[in-house]
Amino acid sequence: MAMQPAGTDIERRTASVIADMKGLEGPLLPILHQLQDEFGYVPAQSLPVIAEALRMSRAEVHGVVTFYHDYRRQPAGRHVLKLCQAEACQSMGSDRIAEKVKQALGIGFHETARDGSVTLEPVYCLGLCACSPSAMLDGEVIGRVDDETIEEIVEAVRT
Amino acid sequence: MTVTIYVPGDSGALALGAEKVAKAIEAEISARGLDARIVRNGSRGMFWLEPMVEVSTAEGRVAYGPVKARDVPGLLDAGLLSGGAHRLALGDPEKIPFLARQTRLTFARVGITDPLSLEDYRAHDGLRGLEKAVAMAPADIVRQVTDSGLRGRGGAGFPTGIKWNTVLNAVSDRKYIVCNADEGDSATFADRMIMEGDPFVLIEGMAIAGIATGATKGFIYIRSEYPHAVASMRRAVEIARRAGILGVSVLGSAYAFDMEVRVGAGAYVCGEETSLLNSLEGKRGVVRAKPPLPAIQGLFGKPTVINNVISLASVPIIMDRGSDFYKDFGMGRSRGTIPIQIAGNVKHGGLYETAFGLTLGEIVDGIGGGTASGRPVKAVQVGGPLGAYFPRSLFDTPFDYEEFAKRDGLIGHAGLTVFDDTADMLKMARFAMEFCAIESCGKCTPCRIGSTRGVEVIDRIASGMEPEKNRALVTDLCNTMKFGSLCALGGFTPYPVMSALTHFPEDFKPAPVREAAE
Repeated sequence: MAMQPAGTDIERRTASVIADMKGLEGPLLPILHQLQDEFGYVPAQSLPVIAEALRMSRAEVHGVVTFYHDYRRQPAGRHVLKLCQAEACQSMGSDRIAEKVKQALGIGFHETARDGSVTLEPVYCLGLCACSPSAMLDGEVIGRVDDETIEEIVEAVRT
Repeated sequence: MTVTIYVPGDSGALALGAEKVAKAIEAEISARGLDARIVRNGSRGMFWLEPMVEVSTAEGRVAYGPVKARDVPGLLDAGLLSGGAHRLALGDPEKIPFLARQTRLTFARVGITDPLSLEDYRAHDGLRGLEKAVAMAPADIVRQVTDSGLRGRGGAGFPTGIKWNTVLNAVSDRKYIVCNADEGDSATFADRMIMEGDPFVLIEGMAIAGIATGATKGFIYIRSEYPHAVASMRRAVEIARRAGILGVSVLGSAYAFDMEVRVGAGAYVCGEETSLLNSLEGKRGVVRAKPPLPAIQGLFGKPTVINNVISLASVPIIMDRGSDFYKDFGMGRSRGTIPIQIAGNVKHGGLYETAFGLTLGEIVDGIGGGTASGRPVKAVQVGGPLGAYFPRSLFDTPFDYEEFAKRDGLIGHAGLTVFDDTADMLKMARFAMEFCAIESCGKCTPCRIGSTRGVEVIDRIASGMEPEKNRALVTDLCNTMKFGSLCALGGFTPYPVMSALTHFPEDFKPAPVREAAE
């Protein structure tokens, strides 16, 4: 007998993600990744559904979601720009690059532009340390970021 | 005959425009009606030459680099397909001194083969180690790994064979092999290059580990910052499963072994093994107290081998060529080869696999060619964010676990970040504390609180407030963190802080004095 899960759209979609992943050993992180792929963030409404399905307390699920830097509690901008701020990039002037980008976009780290165009985040190492400073725009890697690259990035996120 | 053109699919090459180059070559091939195909190989690890395009000719491989998309029509006009002369021509890539002087054992195939072609993998000695292992008794495999002298390449340097032996002797209904691919240290990218450039070697190493210890399930925990490595490992696991390398009967033997790729979620501390295990179990990535060792009670409480990518990827050649072959490289108790990653402000940055024993100066000045900026080298951080800053006066230190420990440093995952003379070491010490505060899992007080207090105290030194008293306070705090923290995050943060303070005292002078001196 097919059961129609009750609840809101988010709850229904969450239940369907859980159903796909529940058979994995240690399914919580894969579920959260999948939810973030699906919604662009991990909705608060999803947490009680997960807690019940995995027989965890809501507090435990909340604890896991908030522990990891990757999980968003609200949607990001249309573009996500990550600037590496780790040592190798610092040795090649990532501080200066970050300042320029912040100025050009009018936002700081962990902020989203008011028009929703872009979210800016620091990242600690993209493994591109022999072509520093590096960045990641919507999952695409960029090495040897310079003034010209910044202009291209700013142009790309505004469109 | 179809000519093969190689354009790296490695993230480092992609970050420098390899995708556009591949597309441009593809367009030219079809426009000119040429009989050629493109293979997306791994990177040879010479990032100042990336994107480095290679072509297979009758006389062997010929390289060109660094190639930009706009160079492509000119390259084809110059006869790229037959290795024609061009201003970007580099000749035989293996004769480039940076590559010619290396001893590539773990990275033997990276940059040469198509990473996802099992045919290529077999043609270049792949699967020989596993073929030998399935015909051996588990205890003999463990002995061979122990005899090779292989030590954990993740940073701790613990003998791999001894870890495996503990798991072999543990009695349990289920055991696991976990590959730590949470390569979060700045200046390190060897794990990423293996996963993107030769994923089957890691699968082979994990399968051997499974057979040796009686584990039937493996997990590769890859950090989310490495989407290309995640994609190539997932595809390689699929291919290996279809080919019977993984599954109920490994290479037709009585051994079963399968594996899954799991993705981290941006927590640096999950590179610590017990925190990684918690993360795999779906918990907060909080560090566990040891004992019990993961080898006794690891993933889901079961005996678990947890090894770094490079450790596992070095196992196939040890099984294929024997423990003596591997052990004959190196010095002291550091046997075999180590993939050194030269990064930061350096002219010739990249991956250099060599036997242990080169001095830091030979690596930085000789191989790396000094700074990219052309200014003098001021400091080199060895071993990632938790490694010490070495001044030029310690450039005679040989690359060896024990020799670095003697100089209050560590080789860690063998990443080197070069800084020129514009670096402010107080700022770097502050960053070490700040990073520890951002990434602390929060379980132990010295790390959780100490790192935040550390930032504050260093800020006071920077502003000239009671500098002498505050320098003593930082030293005392570092001592507490070093001996009182549960894991290497809090325990090793003192390395960069204290080395900066010890070797570069002039950067820790109070602000008014510093200004007056300028």
